[in-house]
Formats: sequence, structure tokens, C-alpha cells
Amino acid sequence: MGTKGKEKIITVLFWFSALIIIAILVGIIGYIVVKGISAISWDFITQPPSRAGKEGGISTTIIGTIYLTLVAMILAVPFGVGAALYLEEYGRKNTRFGYALKLTAETLAGIPSIVYGLFGFVFFVIFLNMGWSILSGGLTLAIMILPTITRTAQEAVIAVPQEYRSNSFALGATKWYTIKRLILPAAAPGIVTGIILSIGRAVGESAAVILTAGSSLGMPLNITDPARTMAVHLYILAMEGISMERAFGTALLIIVLIVIINYLANLSLRKLARQ
Amino acid sequence: MKIKLKSEEVKVFYKDFQALHGIDIDIYENRVTALIGPSGCGKSTFLRTINRLNELIQGTKTEGRIYLDQKDIYSAEIDVVALRKKVGMVFQKPSVFPMSIYENVAYGPKIHGIKNKAQLDSIVEKSLIAANLWQEVKERVHKPAAGLSGGQQQRLVIARVLAVEPEVILMDEPASALDPISTSKLEELIGELKKNYTIVIVTHNMQQAARVSDYTGFFLNGELIEYSKTKELFVNPRDKRTEDYITGRFG
Ligand SMILES: Nc1ncnc2c1ncn2[C@@H]1O[C@H](COP(=O)(O)OP(=O)(O)OP(=O)(O)O)[C@@H](O)[C@H]1O
Ligand SMILES: [Mg+2]
Repeated sequence: MGTKGKEKIITVLFWFSALIIIAILVGIIGYIVVKGISAISWDFITQPPSRAGKEGGISTTIIGTIYLTLVAMILAVPFGVGAALYLEEYGRKNTRFGYALKLTAETLAGIPSIVYGLFGFVFFVIFLNMGWSILSGGLTLAIMILPTITRTAQEAVIAVPQEYRSNSFALGATKWYTIKRLILPAAAPGIVTGIILSIGRAVGESAAVILTAGSSLGMPLNITDPARTMAVHLYILAMEGISMERAFGTALLIIVLIVIINYLANLSLRKLARQ
Repeated sequence: MKIKLKSEEVKVFYKDFQALHGIDIDIYENRVTALIGPSGCGKSTFLRTINRLNELIQGTKTEGRIYLDQKDIYSAEIDVVALRKKVGMVFQKPSVFPMSIYENVAYGPKIHGIKNKAQLDSIVEKSLIAANLWQEVKERVHKPAAGLSGGQQQRLVIARVLAVEPEVILMDEPASALDPISTSKLEELIGELKKNYTIVIVTHNMQQAARVSDYTGFFLNGELIEYSKTKELFVNPRDKRTEDYITGRFG
């Protein structure tokens, strides 16, 4: 067979694997849409649940999800990006400390979320007496996503060409000025990718959240209030056989929420990068 | 003739490796000084001692003294930011920042506290004119700089250096990535710039050194073997090793 023929077969194979991935994605989302759309109404989004979720809507869980994710992000993003910048721009390169930190981050990223949940439960909920709350849950989720944010930010910062730095320093810029004007904007797309991945994990997390934020159906107002997230709600609706239709409706709204959050994250960080 | 830069016994170590073994050189104001020599002999290293850029490489140590207008730039009271404002550097590979042409040129002045829009506008225009780039880009200064050709990018980098109004410009093989036309434009530009600046240029191209420079220093294995007026060095080298190098009889 000639090179051309081979080339063709390989192209078809690649095209086929791309097609399968798209088919799986479309299939799952399509299934959730079909099963869940009937549950969704304006009331479903805006009303609080009643009778354990059999009736009413899921408004408190939507608020709980956003609240919890926001707290986790506010805690994790500055620390994660800060740690990445310290490691790559300020710290001495190739030190044991840096290596140990990298290894730690990679190990931490692989630990199952339930383990984080258990830790958060024992440490924040009980030992620090924070109870089941947005704060306990947010701290736990923050610790859980910190390694991902740090590592992706680190990779993004490493990928910024070295010449930018030497050119900037040669013009008299300080490290901080170079980071602010050159490195962060150039690394922003990579950092955003890490943040989006982390948001997805936080929004979708159920086990660690039940253990640390609880599963109260009340509207969380204070950071010390307990809350039930959509993922937890979905889990309970399905596990306790409360309503499959509502479980799918919730699933559909989780997907919609993630799409919206990703869009907003992309938009705001791109704006930030342009400044 | 005024000595702008003077180095005494400059030694540089990269960890255990000594890259420069005591360089003594006088660089004259408003002249072009070329540094030539085989690869790895320490030309770039020496250039980076003049704006203290070596300090950013982990594990380097610099000894000796370098005087800029009689002031030792390695003394404790020297502010590196102020030093690098006076001593600009053009690197081998033009590295434009991922922003507009305008923002690239305004980058330096902004570091040094210039915020006024009208003032920045005028600096940008003046610098681009001085770098012989204005005519080619004046319609698109707010477009991304990455869209420029290699030769234009190198002139943009020079404009960016000029915008901070340095006194000395260090150029490390600025033409090595350029085509012949861009190279001759660059050489022409160097000839114009020396009226207002002191220029030190590293080059591998002997003809280029002969064309653009007034003084030439020949480096070999971390030592300055010979330093004199360019004509003298090329026509009448005193050292056998210099002669071997410039006549191409060298490794
Ligand atoms: N960051 C570094 N770490 C360790 N050694 C280095 C470093 N930079 C340069 N050196 C070494 O110092 C010596 C001088 O290097 P330098 O880059 O100054 O040479 P050069 O004359 O500019 O060479 P070229 O013409 O190839 O650019 C070389 O042996 C080089 O390997
Ligand atoms: Mg070099």
C-alpha cells in the first residue's frame, strides 16, 4: 500500500475516534435532556424544595452550589496561582523543596475526593467546630482543587517564553512588574483551563460535600449555614428513590450551570488578560 | 575621546565553570564597539555583565569592576533598575511581547513611571522613527506585534529599547536571524544610532564587524586577546590568534 493509502486510513481512524467521542458526549447529554426536560419549569428553578424534594423546586441547592463553589474558588485560586508564581518566578529552581512540592501536588491531585471529605469532616466540621457549613465545605473543596490549580498554573507559567523575562528585566522591569504585565496575561489561558477544570470538580462533587457542608434543604445565607448542593440533591433524589425525573432535571441544570460558569470564567479572565 | 564604560578584571563563574578570566576593556562614548570570537568564548556573558543580567542566572558569580561614567555598577548603592534604564539590550532572537506594537514600545517607559497618554504617544512615535520602523507600521501600531516580519520585529525591539532613552545599547548578534536586506537596514540603523548612543555589538560576522564598528575586541576562551581600532585589528592584527581567527584559519 502506498503512503497515500496509509495516510487515508489513518485519517479515517482519527476521524472515527473523534466521532465516537462526540457521539458519547451527545448521547449522554441527549439522554439527560430527554429524561430531565419534563421536570424543568420556572418554578423548578426558583422555588425551594418541599417534602424532601418530591415537590417544589431546587432553588436552594442552586444557590448552595454557587455559594460553595465561589467560596472554594476564592480560597483556592489566589493560593494556587500564588504558589505557582512563587515556585516558578521567585523560588530557586531545581531545589529539593520545589521538587517535593511538585510531587506533593501531583499526589494530592490523585487522592479520591471522599478522603478529602473525611479530612474536612474531622478537621473543619468537628475539630474546628465549624459544623456542616458552606465554610467547612468551601475549605475542603479548596484543598481538594488546590493541587490542580497550582499544577496547571505552574505549567502555564513555565510555558511563557524565557525571552519575555530577560527582555523585560533588561528594560529595567522588576519581577513583579514582569509578572503582572507579561507573565500572567500570557499564562492566563492555561490558568483559566485549570480553574474551569476545578469548577467542574467542585460543582460535581457530592461525597466530600455531604460530609462537610451537610445536606440541609434550607436556603444558605451565612457562610456558617449548612447547604445542599445540586450534586448532593441529585444523589439523594436518585438513591432514596424520591424522583428519577427530578434527579434528571437536576442533572440537566448542573450541566447548564457548568456551561454558564465556564463561559463567564473564560470571559472575565480574557478581559483581565487584556488589561 | 570619552570613556563611557570601563571594565577591570571582570571574571564570571557559572557554578564551577569560569567563563571570563579577567576582562579589561575601555568602551568609548558614541562609538560602535564590536566583540568577535568563536562560539562559547564568553561574548554574551561579558555583555550581560554590563547590565547585570547575569545575576538572574542561578549560580553565577561576577567579580571585578565595571564603571559606567566612572561609577562602579557593581557597588552596593547602584539601583539595577536605574542601571538597566541607562544600558539597554537587544537580544539575538527578537522577542516581541504578545501585545500591540504600541504597547511593546510603551512597555519600558511605563516601567519608569510615564503614564501620560500624549507623552507615551510621542515617545512611541519617536522611538519607532529612530528605529526606522515608523513608516512601515504607522497605520497599525495598535495591531499585535506578532504580525511583523522578523526584521521588523528586531527593529521593534530596538525601538522598545530606545523608548527608555538609554545611553548604552548592547546588541547580542542582532542580525543573526535576519535576511540580508533586513541586516543591511539594521547596520544602517546602527550607524545612525551611534550619534546619540554608545553601542556594543556581538557578531559572528567579520564583515559586519568591519562595516559597523569603530573598535573591535577579539575574545577567545574567556579572555580578551586583542582590542583596538577596527581597521587596525582587521588589517594589522598583533596577535597570531586574532589573525588566525579573522582569516578563517580557526576551528
Ligand atoms: N547559563 C549558563 N550556565 C552555565 N554555563 C554557561 C551559561 N551561559 C553560558 N555558559 C558557558 O559560558 C561560556 C561562554 O558562553 P557565552 O554564551 O558567553 O558564549 P558566546 O561567546 O556568547 O558564544 P556564542 O557565540 O555561541 O553566543 C560557554 O562555555 C558556555 O557554555
Ligand atoms: Mg552569545
